[in-house]
Amino acid sequence: MNESLLILTAVAAISLGTPLIFATVGEIITERAGILNLGVQGMMLVGAVSGFWATFVSGSLILGVVVAMVAAAGLAAVHAFTSITLRVSQIVSGLALTLFGTGLASFLGRAGSEPLVGSPSRKVFVPLLDGAMTEIPVVGPLLFGHDALVYLAVIVAGVASYYLFHTHLGLSLRAVGEDPASAESAGVNVTWVRYAHVMVGGALAGLGGAYFSLALVPTWQDDPIGAAGWIAIALVILASWRPWRAVFAAYLFGAAERFQFTLQTLGEPWSNVPSTLLAMLPFVLAIVAMIVLTSGKRARFLGAPAALGIPYFREQR
Amino acid sequence: MTIGSPDTLAVELVDVDKAFYGVKANDRVNFQLARGEIHALLGENGAGKSTLCSILAGLYRPDAGEMFLEGRAVTFKSPKDALAAGIGMVYQHFRLVPNLTVAENFALGYPDVGFRLEEKELYRAAEELGERYGLPVDPSARIWQLSVGEQQRVEILKLLYRNAKVLILDEPTAVLTPQESTALFATMRQMAAEGRSVIFVSHKLHEVKEVSDQVTVLRDGKVVAGVATKDAEPADLARMMVGRDLVLPTRDPQTEFGPIMLSVDGLRVQDDRGLEAVSGVSFDVRAGEIVGVAGVSGNGQRELAYGLFGLRALTSGTVTIDGVDITEASVLEHIESGFAYIPQARLEMGLAPGMTTEDNLALKAFWHAPYSKGRRLVASAFRDEGTRQIEQYDIRGVRPGLPIRLLSGGNLQKALVAREVELKSKILIARSPTRGLDVGATEVVRNLILAERSRGIGVLLISEDLDELLALSDRILVLYEGEVVGEMPCEEATAERLGLLMAGQREIVSP
Repeated sequence: MNESLLILTAVAAISLGTPLIFATVGEIITERAGILNLGVQGMMLVGAVSGFWATFVSGSLILGVVVAMVAAAGLAAVHAFTSITLRVSQIVSGLALTLFGTGLASFLGRAGSEPLVGSPSRKVFVPLLDGAMTEIPVVGPLLFGHDALVYLAVIVAGVASYYLFHTHLGLSLRAVGEDPASAESAGVNVTWVRYAHVMVGGALAGLGGAYFSLALVPTWQDDPIGAAGWIAIALVILASWRPWRAVFAAYLFGAAERFQFTLQTLGEPWSNVPSTLLAMLPFVLAIVAMIVLTSGKRARFLGAPAALGIPYFREQR
Repeated sequence: MTIGSPDTLAVELVDVDKAFYGVKANDRVNFQLARGEIHALLGENGAGKSTLCSILAGLYRPDAGEMFLEGRAVTFKSPKDALAAGIGMVYQHFRLVPNLTVAENFALGYPDVGFRLEEKELYRAAEELGERYGLPVDPSARIWQLSVGEQQRVEILKLLYRNAKVLILDEPTAVLTPQESTALFATMRQMAAEGRSVIFVSHKLHEVKEVSDQVTVLRDGKVVAGVATKDAEPADLARMMVGRDLVLPTRDPQTEFGPIMLSVDGLRVQDDRGLEAVSGVSFDVRAGEIVGVAGVSGNGQRELAYGLFGLRALTSGTVTIDGVDITEASVLEHIESGFAYIPQARLEMGLAPGMTTEDNLALKAFWHAPYSKGRRLVASAFRDEGTRQIEQYDIRGVRPGLPIRLLSGGNLQKALVAREVELKSKILIARSPTRGLDVGATEVVRNLILAERSRGIGVLLISEDLDELLALSDRILVLYEGEVVGEMPCEEATAERLGLLMAGQREIVSP
């Protein structure tokens, strides 16, 4: 493999990783509040279809992104209600969200007299700083010529990291996920913190979904995001619940995804390997990385919130 | 209808009711707390002390009744409201987030702060407060790295950081050495001298006598007495608390013991982090003997018990029971060869909280008749045996089909001890068997352990409660950093001598 192929893979990894950054950071924020939301896939799909629709109707990309975030946050609010207020199993509620979101996205794509399915997006996120700067060897194509959301994703991860570790609200969030009873005794409103962050997490998942339909594959199709939502949940563990590491985890996965395409184009002996087998490569990578990271003594220092998935009831005795 | 002057009264509760699952935990409770007063709250488990404290701290909302703060009627929706009003509580199970630093726990939920977390500022504040109240802490340490005593300091400082006017301490001395308790009392007096009020919950009558100005006694959810401490004798307080005369059982002195039942030689065990927690411990326990193991929590008691019972593999050493080597045996083999074990964590390790009382009572014996016929379980035996034991051991509050976790602490422990006693074992290991129990339940549990001694088995009593060790043990070992640093017959032991050994001061043996 020559140098340009390597750079091409890296550049593609950045695009493929960007929606995963949004979704992973969103899920990190959600899980840091102690709520496991397995509905990422559903929220991303609803974000993808509603963002696509809003841009299709209005012609505004900004509006598309906002609608995608609001719609997914709305879906997350349902999960917040069932898991925080009703205290039902978060796993069941999250899975239901994914099933519902998948069906809803497919339905909305086909609904109405003028279905979205098969239509190209009216507007698409275009590369910024494209031109002379991308000519700089190696760093040029890596740093420049991406669309706005690529940069926004990195900024979101940076802001989330600062928020989590250097602000009072971030401290409350971490405490609520670790030990809600102690947090509440210290005067933190556990219910409010959980609701707010589950919805913020949903909004980011929606944004990740919209990246697929407005930038990566800007034509509406039934299943535009693949398994991105599920991958994001795995990447949370790979990033050990730290937003900044999510950037690297997402790019790594993006690279793996691109790499398997690259392999298919390399000719003998790779062309003999069934492409479906190569398509499994990124997932195998994710599983191996998780096993390496979470096995043995390392697991304890990983940083999983101690109260993750456990409903909180103040007057429990 | 405020009684007393609002100028001197910090808090007043009028006719407060609170019920859980239809059981009244607080029944028309009236309570007055003066400013600058140390007010002891006495009562058996389930008498409603914790409930009362939790209402004051805003954790529970009363079903009925009124609360006045310096004469004004208040209602708290959450602990946040109580804290804002100046009432803070140090719970028996600390409410600190283990993975956060001391400073972060200070900042958590603190009102009127900016967006950014000013770590330097917090460090300084924590150190200053610690110095002022004689409670030194390292602000950058994570909570899980601290000893229980240090965690308690953090809890108290956290409340002082928020300038709490009323501090509720729920059984604060249960986890401290005598020396640490004395230091805590000094801090309490200092806080009271500054005009803060302290509510002190304790079972230990001599402590109440030593530190408090006023005592309120609760029984079955009702206030049965409120007196000035100087006017009350410990015996009177005990009588008010349980409603009858009561003297806690102690062993009858005895010097003749039977053969060696448990022999431990060169025991080494690691803790959860893989560090050595028990470093070459050797001792024997004879038939009819209670051997006490004293020590501050975290000095290897847990690992010693785990190692002896086969819950954790030994690094080295041998364990023999009644002449049979069981060093390599599994937990089940330990039980079969005559081991009974009362763990410290009742609900976590001792019992299955979601199962019924009857099932829990059978949990270690169901392999055999009458619970089993071959490989089949006999439902009627679970019912009959359960009923008999519930009656015999006076386990109260059992409702058919409901999980055991709904029982009160004392009754949970009675059930656990009953199950172990029913094993008719050769050795009983008991860890803090009366921790957190009221006087009545303590009496029952102590009597059961003494009865086991009379039956002629060996008992290993691992406890942080020196009063209990001195009352029950024939011989006392002191564990410090995983080693036995002292051993003495009970007659030669005093709280002071044990306290010094527990704090790591080796005795200089005069030739």
